Amino acid sequence: MALAVSCRDLYKRYDAKKKKPVDALNGLNLEIEVGECFGLLGPNGAGKTTTVEILEGMLKETSGYVEVLGRQWNGKDDDAIRQRLGISLQETRLNEKLTVRETATLFRSFYREGREPDEVIAMVALEEKADAWVGKLSGGQKQRLAVACALAGDPELLCLDEPTTGLDPQSRRELWDIIREQKSRSRTTLLTTHYMDEAQRLCDRVAVVDHGKVIALGSPSELIHQLGGEHIIEFALAESNGQTSADAFTSLPAVSTARFENDGYCLTVTEPHVALPALINKLESDQLSLARITTRHVSLEDVFVTLTGRHLAAEELDDTL
Amino acid sequence: MTRYNPLKELFLYRMRTFYREPEAMFWTYGFPILLTLALGLAFRSKPVEVIAVDIVASETAESIKAKLSESETVFDIQINEPDACADRLRYGKTSIIVKPGDDGTVEYQFDPTRPESTLARAKIDDAFQRAVGGRTDPIAVTDNEITKPGARYIDFLVPGLLGMNLMGGGLWGCGFVLTDMRVKKLLKRLIATPMSKTDFLLSLIGGRLVFTIPEMIALLGAGWMVFSVSVEGGLLNIIAMALIGALSFAGIGLLVASRAEKIETISGLMNLVMLPMWLCSGVFFSYERFPDVLMPFIKALPLTQLNDALRSIILEGATVFDQGIPILILAAWGVVSFVLAIRWFRWT
Repeated sequence: MALAVSCRDLYKRYDAKKKKPVDALNGLNLEIEVGECFGLLGPNGAGKTTTVEILEGMLKETSGYVEVLGRQWNGKDDDAIRQRLGISLQETRLNEKLTVRETATLFRSFYREGREPDEVIAMVALEEKADAWVGKLSGGQKQRLAVACALAGDPELLCLDEPTTGLDPQSRRELWDIIREQKSRSRTTLLTTHYMDEAQRLCDRVAVVDHGKVIALGSPSELIHQLGGEHIIEFALAESNGQTSADAFTSLPAVSTARFENDGYCLTVTEPHVALPALINKLESDQLSLARITTRHVSLEDVFVTLTGRHLAAEELDDTL
Repeated sequence: MTRYNPLKELFLYRMRTFYREPEAMFWTYGFPILLTLALGLAFRSKPVEVIAVDIVASETAESIKAKLSESETVFDIQINEPDACADRLRYGKTSIIVKPGDDGTVEYQFDPTRPESTLARAKIDDAFQRAVGGRTDPIAVTDNEITKPGARYIDFLVPGLLGMNLMGGGLWGCGFVLTDMRVKKLLKRLIATPMSKTDFLLSLIGGRLVFTIPEMIALLGAGWMVFSVSVEGGLLNIIAMALIGALSFAGIGLLVASRAEKIETISGLMNLVMLPMWLCSGVFFSYERFPDVLMPFIKALPLTQLNDALRSIILEGATVFDQGIPILILAAWGVVSFVLAIRWFRWT
């Protein structure tokens, strides 16, 4: 299978004045096949954006090997790569005094071949706003226009850095359609997101990135299988919640892992209909009463928590504090 | 499939973002005209100034006033008590105090550092000596007063303002716009496309040249209509010279903006670059007033050369082909700046 992206031993160090240098990437390896939709998952600060910007030729790696669409960023091939690359930055800023159509036309003009401005505007459902100034668009509409600009060159590799952050559910679904269409034409998409459900729906494969390294790689279902079960039982105890060690539940039938987090227990189980009665029996014999109990399918979020011991959402909260 | 020309689209981009920005329009076109009008009015050819004179109240004050009133020079004479005279002198309401002494002598009280007082001293003494003392001139002289177009202050001012405007337009129109795009992260998105950097910088410079033409027509038009300042060398010559100046300052603008990451930085740098030229390059007054040791420095400034060239075309009817040295110096500034700008340029 041909590779759209290949990078090996990627390191990136940001030298901060008077501060300790920050190692954003610590030997990251990545291979993305042509035609697949690939997801980079990870909390803020994990190195997703740094990785993407290096692949896009906007940042220079400190060391390592990078190949994009069979070429390297060496000055000579840069234009050839850019002609076939469509990107949307984490925060794409476009001039507020241009209209939507003028913006799409400007971006179209940079590419030798591409899609008509009106076509990309229709793809992101901005036809009604085609003659409106960019400054008059809502945040979600601006985000969609950023994606339209990424599509202007009809790219072979589409890199979208958190394209759905801040989008309403309707816009998110429209964007998912664009990514699926890209895939149906055997074009490659690289997506960063911290929405696990999004990655699960769209991506053929995902890489979980933390502290500048890939810590897990595979299709969403493979990663979920690695947890040793496809179901999660979450429960909390009415009294003495947390006093009982989570390990006490690992011996129950069909339970593969157990952990205590925040306000309750979280069991990964292979067969809920086996594990549930056993759990209830154990609680009764230990004279513990339930405050709540729920069961659900394993998500990538659980994979992430198991791998890193942290929640994505909690990370985000920390960043804003 | 090459329906889309990137240079054309970038140029349109520059045009649109300019004319859709009312503030940019005002500062480029409205402000210079207002400045010309304001300065022109302030320094217009005034009626001959009336000299204010106070005479300290005394027995002879009335007869001195009567005799002075007969002289050719028009005085505004008041007779006041000594304290009142002193106050009026201090507040600048009068230029000189005439204090009659005993036996027909007078004493002048004035501040020699005030030009109008020194002038008043000479005029009043002349009038006094003639009217009261009966003095006559040993040599006959005639006065030929020059107030016709071509030799007034406004004639000096209009080319200077045009030059200053070309400098400001080049620096702000290229440098500020570029920094603004960098600060707003617009450059970051553009550089991620296969856009040619040369196309981009050319579109900025091209936009600047196009904006220059209405700008100078507005300024020269205002000067011509309100103050009858005419362009002796013809419109084509002045446009050609102005475009050369605009190009040179566009290059300098790009250089100043090549690395600035903040609007505050670029504003400071712009002023740092422009201030010496506002003062030294003969915008408002002739640079000949500066000491000779500074002349090589002053003459090396691009605005000095541009102003000299504009003045010789507007006032003396020279052509653009007579401006070899100014064009050479302007070109050197422009080309060196542009090359350095490309080398040091930072897109993000």
